[in-house]
Amino acid sequence: MNSQTLSQTAADIDSADTATGAGSHVEAHPETVARQARPLRFITCGSVDDGKSTLIGRLLWDTKAVKEDQAATLRRDSTGKQNELGLPDFALLLDGLQAEREQGITIDVAYRYFATDRRSFIVADTPGHVQYTRNMATGASTADLAVLLVDARAGILEQTRRHATIAALMGIRQFVLAVNKIDLAQYDEARFRAISRDFKEIALSLGVRQVTAIPVSALKGENIVLRGDDVMPWYSGPTLVETLEKATQRTGQTTGFRLPVQRVSRPGEGFRGYQGTVAGGSIKPGDSVVVLPSGVEANVKAIVTYDLVRNAAVSGDAITLVLDRPVDVARGDMIAAIDQRPQTGRAFSARLVALSPDGVVPGKRYWLKAGARRQRVMVRPTSALDLATGNWDDATFLPVNGIGVVDLDFEDTAIFDPYETNRETGAFILIDPESLNTVAGGMIDGKCSKSGRFDALPDADRATVTLPARLLEAFLKTEFARSHAGEIRVTGPEEVDAE
Amino acid sequence: MNVIEHGRGKPPLDPHLKALENEAIHIFREVAAEFERPVMLYSIGKDSSVLLHLALKAFHPGKLPFPLVHINTGWKFPEMIAFRDAVVAKHGLDLISHTNPEGLRDNVTPFSHGSARYTDIMKTQALKQALDMGRYDAAFGGARRDEEASRAKERIYSFRTPDHAWDPRNQRPELWSIYNGMIHPGESVRAFPLSNWTEVDIWRYIQAEQIELVPLYFAARRKIVERDGMLIWAADKRLELLPGEQVREEMVRFRTLGCYPLTGAVRSEATTLDEVITELEIATVSERQGRAIDRDQSGSMEKKKREGYF
Repeated sequence: MNSQTLSQTAADIDSADTATGAGSHVEAHPETVARQARPLRFITCGSVDDGKSTLIGRLLWDTKAVKEDQAATLRRDSTGKQNELGLPDFALLLDGLQAEREQGITIDVAYRYFATDRRSFIVADTPGHVQYTRNMATGASTADLAVLLVDARAGILEQTRRHATIAALMGIRQFVLAVNKIDLAQYDEARFRAISRDFKEIALSLGVRQVTAIPVSALKGENIVLRGDDVMPWYSGPTLVETLEKATQRTGQTTGFRLPVQRVSRPGEGFRGYQGTVAGGSIKPGDSVVVLPSGVEANVKAIVTYDLVRNAAVSGDAITLVLDRPVDVARGDMIAAIDQRPQTGRAFSARLVALSPDGVVPGKRYWLKAGARRQRVMVRPTSALDLATGNWDDATFLPVNGIGVVDLDFEDTAIFDPYETNRETGAFILIDPESLNTVAGGMIDGKCSKSGRFDALPDADRATVTLPARLLEAFLKTEFARSHAGEIRVTGPEEVDAE
Repeated sequence: MNVIEHGRGKPPLDPHLKALENEAIHIFREVAAEFERPVMLYSIGKDSSVLLHLALKAFHPGKLPFPLVHINTGWKFPEMIAFRDAVVAKHGLDLISHTNPEGLRDNVTPFSHGSARYTDIMKTQALKQALDMGRYDAAFGGARRDEEASRAKERIYSFRTPDHAWDPRNQRPELWSIYNGMIHPGESVRAFPLSNWTEVDIWRYIQAEQIELVPLYFAARRKIVERDGMLIWAADKRLELLPGEQVREEMVRFRTLGCYPLTGAVRSEATTLDEVITELEIATVSERQGRAIDRDQSGSMEKKKREGYF
């Protein structure tokens, strides 16, 4: 139901009249109308040489996201570094840290904000150098779309393929190829077509079908916000901003209802609410849910928010859920649709991006955090991706910036959906138990079948045990019940409601 | 699906603001659940007002599971203190007001010590004292990434050493909406639920949610004096006029609120929220333009943050 809601939103955006006519200026008065969509989050990939900072600077400048005093600071900083058009050096606007200004490089992910009258945008501006794969993965983890930048004169480079691979791996399914510095390639249409063709092949090999290629000059501002018809009459496609305005939000959530429980709210006698952000599907009072890993079932009694009692909640909503019977729910548990459960088990397979200088070490006990759930895990890399060739080679260790396939071995029950079907409940981070640093980001492929789920058990392997209610709670707290949570199904007694 | 909202006679938030609200509530709950002694820095300004509103929403129907700390330099606008006390009473909040005792003793003022030293002693050092005294391991702040270039690179969970220092080159990666709240004893985290909000988002949210603000944000005839290109509020006896300066009354308002000697007013006729937003939409300077402390040098915010400033 959630995906319908969101695709409806996307359709509205698609059908919005974006044909403002050739040469017309995209109005840049932000926020005059209520936004009909969430902010679009995108990532830009490319190196300093491709003109990435200039591209983002141009986006901010032409949508009037840069204010006069910031521009004045820029002019003061960039003595003698103004470009030929008399504009400030945009890179200085973006490189906010002193070390970056000193070295002329971007060393960290920065987030930028701009808006047109149709939509607002959050750009994760990430460095292009190979040693900063981890930063790109960070920026890509929340992005709906990737803008890949190439120099029209140089064409597709090794790093373009690398960036596209990481973006696809992190779940991005919409690419924009900005063929920059087209002015320096004499606005050559054939050159643009050839580069676009090469890139679309790469994208297809990564499973990305939604690709828009645009010839641009970031320096001159052609086909970024304003059209470049005068110099590129052969190009009739959208500008970069038009493409971004029409992009869809990747929901990545084809699962049923998911509520990772962040905290239990018990402000006084008689109220017990489970607080969290809906991470998939939708929910309304009366719906049946299961609490995982315990397996206890219940019905939704109410959805409480500060403003009002709601009749429904959808993915992304931060809510407080009240169930119709007293059940044992703790932070880290997941409340899920009874008929569309996530996978539970002690062994999963995942892809991992190593973020720390120490890499990811086989056999080490890490902390794994997914949603609000934190637990111990042993990680065993089995293969690593060679970004140069696109091949997965056998591996037992992942160095920093390495991307690999790993087996996860948990000490107690883990709860996941495959990342393919749910980006929220299929993602996790690894935390080093000594340094407490975040050392890897991971995406679940699926459960490794070692112990079967209850639902998968043939009838002959099931037995029903009936317990008095007062014993049930004690039973669920035993080590045995906890360690076999995925295999035990518990139905609580019907609550006798005195109302 | 039609989500019917029948609340306080307010139309539902548009999807853009709703997404920002959801994200902020998620961060509040996550920090409150993972840290032992969280606290919220409350500066009385518009961002703090939004932050407090979001906190109340996050923990409803419960009370805030943490106190508020206000760093009182002694040079705030009197209207700010009155507003603060009214808000605390209305919501039954636990507010701790802290002033650096050494700074008070040495009579450190923006005039006698200059804005940089004054800010360090009365704000940065005072904040560190307050956090140390409360042994707080997480502090919420209302900083936004669109405010300033070094903020744009700061994480939502901004890791701080036992000295409260920020090391921009050694930040923890932050992927998806999964936050790493694990720290060693003595270390702490500054958490920024408004990271992804812009100034316009703040104002539109205030409008949509009918959040009360200090009246200084709205234009009125106020006594001011022009100094170094800034319009300084001039109704306090402690403000000594320099030769040639004249106090006059003008229609002005403040885009940000801090210590009055360091906060410039803007000439404005905007007396209502709608007028303020309209004015903002055609504004060509950023809000921090009125802040003296940002103008010392490029990268001065980064420097202050490294030293423990919010």
